[in-house]
Amino acid sequence: MGRFWSFLFLLVPVLGVAVFLWALLDLWPMQGHWLPENINDHGHVIDQLFMFILYLTGIIFVGTGGVLFWFMWKYDAAQNREPVKFTHGSHTLEVVWSILPAAALLFIAIYQMNAWADAKMRRPLDSLGPDGIEGTADDVYKPPLCEVTGRQFEWRIRYAGEDGIIGTADDLHVVNDLHLPVNEEVVVQITSMDVLHSFFLPNVRIKQDVVPGMKQFVWFKPNKQGTYDIVCAELCGWGHYKMRGRMVVESRDKFDAWIKNAYSEQERSEYIVSAGGSDE
Amino acid sequence: MSSIPLGKGHETTAPARTNSAAAISQFLSAYVFSKDHKIIGLQFLFSTLLWFLVGGLLALGIRWQLAWPWTNMPIIGPMLFSETGGQISPEFYTMLFTMHATVMIFFVIIPILAGAFGNYLIPLMIGADDMAFPTLNMLSYWFMWPAFILVGSSFFMPGNGAAAGWTSYPPLSAVWDAAPSSGLAQTLWLIGITFVGVSSMMGSVNYMTTIIQMRAPGMTMFRLPMTIWGMFITAVLQAFALPVLTAAGFMQLLDRTIGTGFFLPEGLVINNSIAASGGGQPLLWQHLFWFYSHPAVYIMILPAMGMVSDIISCFARKPIFGYKPMVYSLCGIAGLGFIVWGHHMFVSGMSPMLGMTFMISTMMIALPSAVKVFNWLGTLWGGRIQYTTPMLFAISFVSMFVIGGLSGIFMAATPVDIFIHDTYFIVAHFHYVLFAGTAMAVMGAIYFWFPKMFGRMMNEPLGKVHFFLTFIFLNGTFFTMHILGAVGFPRRLADPYDYQTFAHLMPMNQFMSICAICMVGTQAIFAFNFFYSIFYGPACGRNPWGANSLEWMAPSPPGHGNFDFQPVVYRGPYEYGSPEVDTDYYPQTQPPPEGVDPNAEPDHH
Repeated sequence: MGRFWSFLFLLVPVLGVAVFLWALLDLWPMQGHWLPENINDHGHVIDQLFMFILYLTGIIFVGTGGVLFWFMWKYDAAQNREPVKFTHGSHTLEVVWSILPAAALLFIAIYQMNAWADAKMRRPLDSLGPDGIEGTADDVYKPPLCEVTGRQFEWRIRYAGEDGIIGTADDLHVVNDLHLPVNEEVVVQITSMDVLHSFFLPNVRIKQDVVPGMKQFVWFKPNKQGTYDIVCAELCGWGHYKMRGRMVVESRDKFDAWIKNAYSEQERSEYIVSAGGSDE
Repeated sequence: MSSIPLGKGHETTAPARTNSAAAISQFLSAYVFSKDHKIIGLQFLFSTLLWFLVGGLLALGIRWQLAWPWTNMPIIGPMLFSETGGQISPEFYTMLFTMHATVMIFFVIIPILAGAFGNYLIPLMIGADDMAFPTLNMLSYWFMWPAFILVGSSFFMPGNGAAAGWTSYPPLSAVWDAAPSSGLAQTLWLIGITFVGVSSMMGSVNYMTTIIQMRAPGMTMFRLPMTIWGMFITAVLQAFALPVLTAAGFMQLLDRTIGTGFFLPEGLVINNSIAASGGGQPLLWQHLFWFYSHPAVYIMILPAMGMVSDIISCFARKPIFGYKPMVYSLCGIAGLGFIVWGHHMFVSGMSPMLGMTFMISTMMIALPSAVKVFNWLGTLWGGRIQYTTPMLFAISFVSMFVIGGLSGIFMAATPVDIFIHDTYFIVAHFHYVLFAGTAMAVMGAIYFWFPKMFGRMMNEPLGKVHFFLTFIFLNGTFFTMHILGAVGFPRRLADPYDYQTFAHLMPMNQFMSICAICMVGTQAIFAFNFFYSIFYGPACGRNPWGANSLEWMAPSPPGHGNFDFQPVVYRGPYEYGSPEVDTDYYPQTQPPPEGVDPNAEPDHH
């Protein structure tokens, strides 16, 4: 039976790699079973890092799987007539297989840092402020295009009115309908009014939990027009699954027209919107 | 067990009443409120196996909804949800995954490792007659019962059970208006989990004391089996991490009951009602919770690693490769385990600067895990491998743990984690570690130590069929989750197919659910084999596997007090195939032949 069990464990790396290859190559029946289309100028970095780790771990996966198979095959008690190798270990080997993975892991960690800083720490600036030094308190941040507020179970979105400031009387209020101009660096302010939610844009490779009491920002540069999902990725209650928003990326002209149109509709139906905004 | 006198009251006739009362009290003290570590271990084993069934059925509920959302569940559906015509409602679904995780983590994995195997094996493997504190040991089991009852009764409260996720993140978990189950169900859940913590704490103190104080003559720390090292490090982790969870649990309880507002910021408007308190921070809970619950991840795997090491060495008939590096890597995992909790919070709103620090410590914790895998492979190298059922489970632990370990690197990398956080990639990762890893190791351990526990062997062919089918179906269920994760398929959604990004993933989910149903069904083979063998398995001697460690020198099953001789230890537990003796094993208690220095250290170079 040793032969049989060896082959069973050989199936792990073989089928494991096959499943990933199948999905990567988009073959039947796994079309579309891979990273969704990326429409963020900064998002491809995350995809590249994902693939980099996939290849690296894939090599280890196949390597250890192969070695396991070979040992199971070769040292099967029913086949192997040699006496066991009576050894308690090897100092040299221990050192080698400690230092090599340590170096590889440290390299992976350091290699990720720039992408992480771009995604979460280097919020776009309008200017460096009077002192001209980045990272100081007088830096002028690029103002957010809109504010998204998570609420059980919808995304409330607020665009600044003509005064360019969010939180004034002339704001545009919409629900679950985020419109963005294409090919422009967009900053979105996100927050929550009740429980935790997570603002997840799969096609933009952005995910940020929204925390009540905290004001946070995400930024990205959508480069393709179309309609995409806004997903809530943090459990927020029984209706978590239906907290679905829509992100529409469109040309600047269309975007401006949409804002203008939506705003004028809002003016005409002011009372209806405010009355209908609090239903559940 | 064999030496415990039972039912003596029936041997005499007069006065029958007092005698039967005495018999009952004797039965109670021998089998119910027993202070014998072996009985307590078996109590833990049977309780946790029962909860394992409950947890598995809850998982099938989740899988049903993901494969066939909003359809009537056959047979069970009309009984459970007659008001919805047999469909799972979204609030029921959130309860399902919350309670599945709660049951599996707090009622199965932690108590089956530390409670069942820790209790049963620690005194036997170190050559002691019992635990250091037998009464405390008994209490550690009986403190599980309030937890069983509280969490169990939460199923019958409004909302059908806690539904804020097993992580119980406030404000969702702390505000009564936040969900249908946020009332009593959530409160009972919190108190129940606190009892689990108290139970674990009692166990942990006992294990540490026993291992340090009660080892047989000659049993130095570096002659302990890896199982005991795993249990020891686990006990240390529990002792240092649990108080934090207990404190945090009480803080959340106070938030819920008297409005302290530790975790609630100002200005919350939940479900159109205003939460009165304020001044708190939801992230604080996450820090406190994960400060316990990340070490708890290692509490859930270190004993399994230890047991796997013992099984692999025994059936490779060869010393374990690199004993000391194995011990040091256990310690390394435990030490680093305290400074990686932040990797659960990369996208939580925690300072991104801190994220970088946690990324480095998290990457580094993969290192001791890798060292362990290489040493297991080294143990197989040059052995004479016997493919018994426990060995197959142990090898599958190694094979599966590699997958769970490698997928951890993806989420340790902060930028990649932005995308895969809270997707099925994470679900795949921890099921490979906890189910394909720990649960498979536990299965192997049951097959391995069953002869010691009950004096009978389990059926080998049935065991192999059980292994084969479980192995196939678990990979069918969990490997595919990596692919879902790559698409960004989120966890905890009752109906993900409403999103255009995930609408096409239903066929794959159906495949996974069919595998999951088959996997749970396969466990019937195990249940049959287990119970049948307790009564009708072939009787075995003291040492059916030809193993070295001390528990195999005691009778099967060992009587009260364990050993019928004073064990004296001459060497470590892994001297299989030693040239000093003719047999291929060399028990720890066997005196060395003349002319051999009993204190000679084995060569590690």
